[in-house]
Amino acid sequence: MRLKCPLCGERDRREFYYVGDAVALARPDPDAGISAWDDYVHNRDNPAGITRDLWQHEAGCAAWVVVTRNTVSHEVLDTALASDVKRAMS
Amino acid sequence: MRLENKGLIDRTQPVNFTFDGHHYQGFAGDTVASALLANDQRLMGRSFKYHRPRGVLTACSGEPNALVTIKRGENVEPNVRATVQEIYGGLEVRSQNAWPTLGFDALAVNDLAAPFFSAGFYYKTFMWPRAFWERVYEPLIRRAAGLGGLSGTSNDEEYEKAFAFCDVLIIGAGPTGLMAALEAGRTGADVILADEDAQAGGRLLSETYEIDGRAALDWVASVIAELSSMDNVRIMSRTTVTGVYDQGTFGALERVTGHTISRADAPRACFWRIVAKRSILAAGALERPIAFQNNDRPGIMTAGAVRAYLNRWGVTAGRDIVVFGNNDDAHRTAFDLSAAGVHVAALVDSRPDVQVSGDFPVYAGAQICGASGRQGLKSVTIRTQSGTEKIASECLAMSGGWNPSVHMTCHMNGRPEWREDIASFVPRAGMIPGMVTAGACNGTFSTHGALAEGRKAAELTLAALGKKAIQSDPPEAEDAPIRISPLWAVGGTGRAWLDFQNDVTVKDVKQAAKENFRSVEHMKRYTTQGMATDQGKNSNVNALAILADVTGRGIPETGTTTFRPPYTPVPIAAMGAGAEGKGFAPERLVTSHESTVAQGAPMIEAGMWYRPSYFPKEGETNWRQSCDREVNMVRSSVGICDVSTLGKIDIQGPDAAAFLDFIYINTFSTLKPGRVRYGLMLREDGTVMDDGTTARLSNTHYVMTTTTAAAGAVMRHLEYVHQCLRPELDVSMVSVTEQWAQFAVAGPKSRSLLNELLDAPIDNDSFPFMGCGDVAIGGVNARLFRISFSGEHAYEIAVPARYGAALFDKLNEHAAALGGGPYGMEALNVLRIEKGFITHAEIHGRVTAFDIGMERMISAKKDCIGQTMAAREGLVGPDREQLIGLKPIGAVKQLTGGAHLFEPESEPTRQNSIGYVTSVGFSPTEVSFLGMGFLMNGRARHGETIKLIDHMRGIETLCEICDPLFHDPDGGKLRG
Amino acid sequence: MIQMGASYVVDLVAKTPAEGLLPVTMGGLNLREVVLGVMISLAPFKGQDVQVEKLLGGALPKVGRSVSKAGQEVVWFSQGQYLVIGGAVDMLLVKHAALTDQSDAWCAITLEGVGSEAVLARLVPVDLRAGTFKRGHALRSQLGHMPLHITRTGKDAFRLMTFRSMAGTMVHEVTHKIKLLSARG
Repeated sequence: MRLKCPLCGERDRREFYYVGDAVALARPDPDAGISAWDDYVHNRDNPAGITRDLWQHEAGCAAWVVVTRNTVSHEVLDTALASDVKRAMS
Repeated sequence: MRLENKGLIDRTQPVNFTFDGHHYQGFAGDTVASALLANDQRLMGRSFKYHRPRGVLTACSGEPNALVTIKRGENVEPNVRATVQEIYGGLEVRSQNAWPTLGFDALAVNDLAAPFFSAGFYYKTFMWPRAFWERVYEPLIRRAAGLGGLSGTSNDEEYEKAFAFCDVLIIGAGPTGLMAALEAGRTGADVILADEDAQAGGRLLSETYEIDGRAALDWVASVIAELSSMDNVRIMSRTTVTGVYDQGTFGALERVTGHTISRADAPRACFWRIVAKRSILAAGALERPIAFQNNDRPGIMTAGAVRAYLNRWGVTAGRDIVVFGNNDDAHRTAFDLSAAGVHVAALVDSRPDVQVSGDFPVYAGAQICGASGRQGLKSVTIRTQSGTEKIASECLAMSGGWNPSVHMTCHMNGRPEWREDIASFVPRAGMIPGMVTAGACNGTFSTHGALAEGRKAAELTLAALGKKAIQSDPPEAEDAPIRISPLWAVGGTGRAWLDFQNDVTVKDVKQAAKENFRSVEHMKRYTTQGMATDQGKNSNVNALAILADVTGRGIPETGTTTFRPPYTPVPIAAMGAGAEGKGFAPERLVTSHESTVAQGAPMIEAGMWYRPSYFPKEGETNWRQSCDREVNMVRSSVGICDVSTLGKIDIQGPDAAAFLDFIYINTFSTLKPGRVRYGLMLREDGTVMDDGTTARLSNTHYVMTTTTAAAGAVMRHLEYVHQCLRPELDVSMVSVTEQWAQFAVAGPKSRSLLNELLDAPIDNDSFPFMGCGDVAIGGVNARLFRISFSGEHAYEIAVPARYGAALFDKLNEHAAALGGGPYGMEALNVLRIEKGFITHAEIHGRVTAFDIGMERMISAKKDCIGQTMAAREGLVGPDREQLIGLKPIGAVKQLTGGAHLFEPESEPTRQNSIGYVTSVGFSPTEVSFLGMGFLMNGRARHGETIKLIDHMRGIETLCEICDPLFHDPDGGKLRG
Repeated sequence: MIQMGASYVVDLVAKTPAEGLLPVTMGGLNLREVVLGVMISLAPFKGQDVQVEKLLGGALPKVGRSVSKAGQEVVWFSQGQYLVIGGAVDMLLVKHAALTDQSDAWCAITLEGVGSEAVLARLVPVDLRAGTFKRGHALRSQLGHMPLHITRTGKDAFRLMTFRSMAGTMVHEVTHKIKLLSARG
């Protein structure tokens, strides 16, 4: 498997650390309530199809990357710097 | 038998080797199989289940029968295909799966008991009684199962892994692949041409074709010469592409030295990860056997293999040969044999309307329905419309048609499609992104077709790469049409074999269907069809065709099983190459390593780091003596410990303070420059992640320390929090773990020692407890932190790592004069237990700030990672297991880590456990074992008695529940 | 304040990361340690690139590039981070960037000779072919399981950097791969 780091270009999967769903970017307010926090920390979809998740190019530039990919075809559809995605959210 | 003037072997180079201890001679260019056949050795192995005598079936890597063991001792290599293994002088080859000898195998009685070993035998037989599962059945199955045996000892041969990158990977160097490589190479594209064979040419090596009016191999030689002259083309011979993976990644096994003994230091094999922008599959095709009674007799092989042994190796597989096929291609074998002067006893074609004539009897519309000769074919029986006829024959060349090698197109879950006209599965377009299939693997079997498709595949591939092919005329070559009429199995009684290695018969497949294992995947697992080392290359299509027939479905509806990597077996040693020893785990050595080892300290691994356990002194006979002495030394004088392994992270920026406030549960924005504070960080789920001290060097500059274990994880976490959650913060982080060599100087005499060495002395005002600042030592700029992990008046001094070794020695030299010296991890552990300081033994990933008594550190004035979730119901309260100290109070004085805690009167069962022990050590200061652990509602129970039980070690100790802070509870020594 | 390792040390003897391990010459390949002198990690604060470039006296390199001028090299090192190698930097930079002394943090070695690429192909999972990874190109990856910063310094020459503590393993791994490659003949 190869992922395109937005900074370094395409690299082998071994250079990346996987953390999980990119929902992690959408951190609730402290007073958002326990169910919002449960969803944020614990509850995850497991789609057969398109998913967005967070990887870190740990052995490379250390950038965190939002990867959009298809869990069925393994196609990587898009990669973006997490910091850019996060800034665009606010 | 070897024929004169035939074959590509080098007759000037005889090669001697042994098979089962007997000496044989072949020639350079021979495989084990061709050399044995040349010596009339047709029996080469025994089958897996029935131990039936078997000869070689094919001349390629898909060989199911002729599996042998080569070499001996720790380097023994089992299950080597005799059709692939090239011979070299002194090669030792042994047959396998036979005992005591290949000719007489005791387990061949299985063959007589065959009626009991039918499909699903294992599932039906080894069921009851349950008590037999492990004691009787498993040992029984294990003894009977398996082909060759491993040595059981470590193999000292080298294996290698490597990465390669190219524009175009071409898999297969037959006419298709060569043509494609030529077209692509000429445009300057980076090309890798990989072929499993030692020589390029593919099927052309085994045929008598012409290309452009000259011998096909001359064309091959000219193409190879041109390709070799191109810097952008890399020809990888003896390299099997074994798997296709995501995003254009391919696995390939290169056999580097398996064919020679002359390069003993070179790797045996290299496992390549090839990344290609585009790929062309030109993998060729594999011939199908035909199922009939006793079609597994040694001497019965595929027609293409007989032709290959004849044309490539100059070997006739028998003196009288019968050819049996359902297609025109089989006729070539009869013609080539006949032309070489070999007696063709008959050409049997199942098609009634076939028109063929040659220098041999032709039986059209006939079939072979039986064979005899247990250890070597003696005769075959031909069934014609008028009856049966027995013909003496040492070799039967059979052809049920050719299967395109679609395997690799299926590695990403694609399914091939059935082409009725050639009675074969062919790849669909787009099964592998970026891959074009061409030639025989695409169902195009003629040489002309292969060349044309190879050229076309290159054009398509180059276009996708934005390159234009240089148009050249395709060479002239034979363009015979494919004529075939499907024939999977010849009817009749007796066993007709499909999967030779796993001994699956036509009857087994029918039986599976009868028992309702009608899905091809179910049939496969029920019968073990296709589960041998050849993965059904020779048998899957035949088996599913028979399944289709008995279930009344068509072949397309029945479908294929799933082809998975690897295409041919890959040694685990090759896949794991480079990941043993230091390649598996790099050694991280501190600057004091050399000196520490010289002092005889046993080293222990802490992650990748190596740290001293203790520093033995003369007269000390066990580690406890050293440890006790080192603890006393720190408590009474001064000790030196290398703490460089702790993570150190430089955090700078206008928002550094705000960032740390968000990371830690406590506040760092209020910390004054020149001061150090203990910090605790949580995961977002409220669990403790790590702890450590962080120093503020200036308003915008902090240095965080992490535990040794979590250094990497904390760095990742900081980057995550910054980039994913708070990118607006202007802060940056960089690890300085490697920049600084840092030593703890601990004990009442620590300041005296430092003042002997520092360029300017320090005192309690300039460096109060939890103070930090720059100092100089021998003119070297250093950092000094007044922090303590021992509870004593202590410092940590950091110098640029180049001076680490020198400073360590200098510190020890001066410490010795004060009655101090170095201390190791054992003493460090006891010192911190005496003081109740936690490590990852305590913050093990399931405890909260509340559990360790630090919930009051969580600042309510700000948000931080984990704050919200830490307040969840169930994460605080008396039901939580809370950090406590333990001290033995009964007759038994020992405490053990991992032991569980019980009420003194309760039964020590799993359900009654109310806590556990995380750390223990013998405290010379308290003259007692001390422990730390977690106990339900423990903080409210100080002074009470609890029972420690270690079922593993058989220890039961009555303990007092204590505050974990045993030593200097008011902290006077820290501040002194 | 950043102060670099002083040159007037009287008491403490400095050691290089790979001291005593190199050079190694085998199969036409040379492996030797390079002492790069002062190395400072530089991470411009937000919006400060222009100020930083002004004080540096030149443009910051693009991702994956190295620029050299007057004996000083600035090489891309990580997201938003550069390594300034050789010579002091203007201390006014501390207002505009995070500066961190890394002079002692990395072990740098050079691998030179025909076949260097083939040696690295056995350790580094990145495309280092001359057409892709040219002189002055630099990247972060792995050398086996070790962190790696690599720069192509010539046709058949590379500078490899890993953590100081891993110097011994780096030398061992590269030497071992040279040995295997040489043995192929």
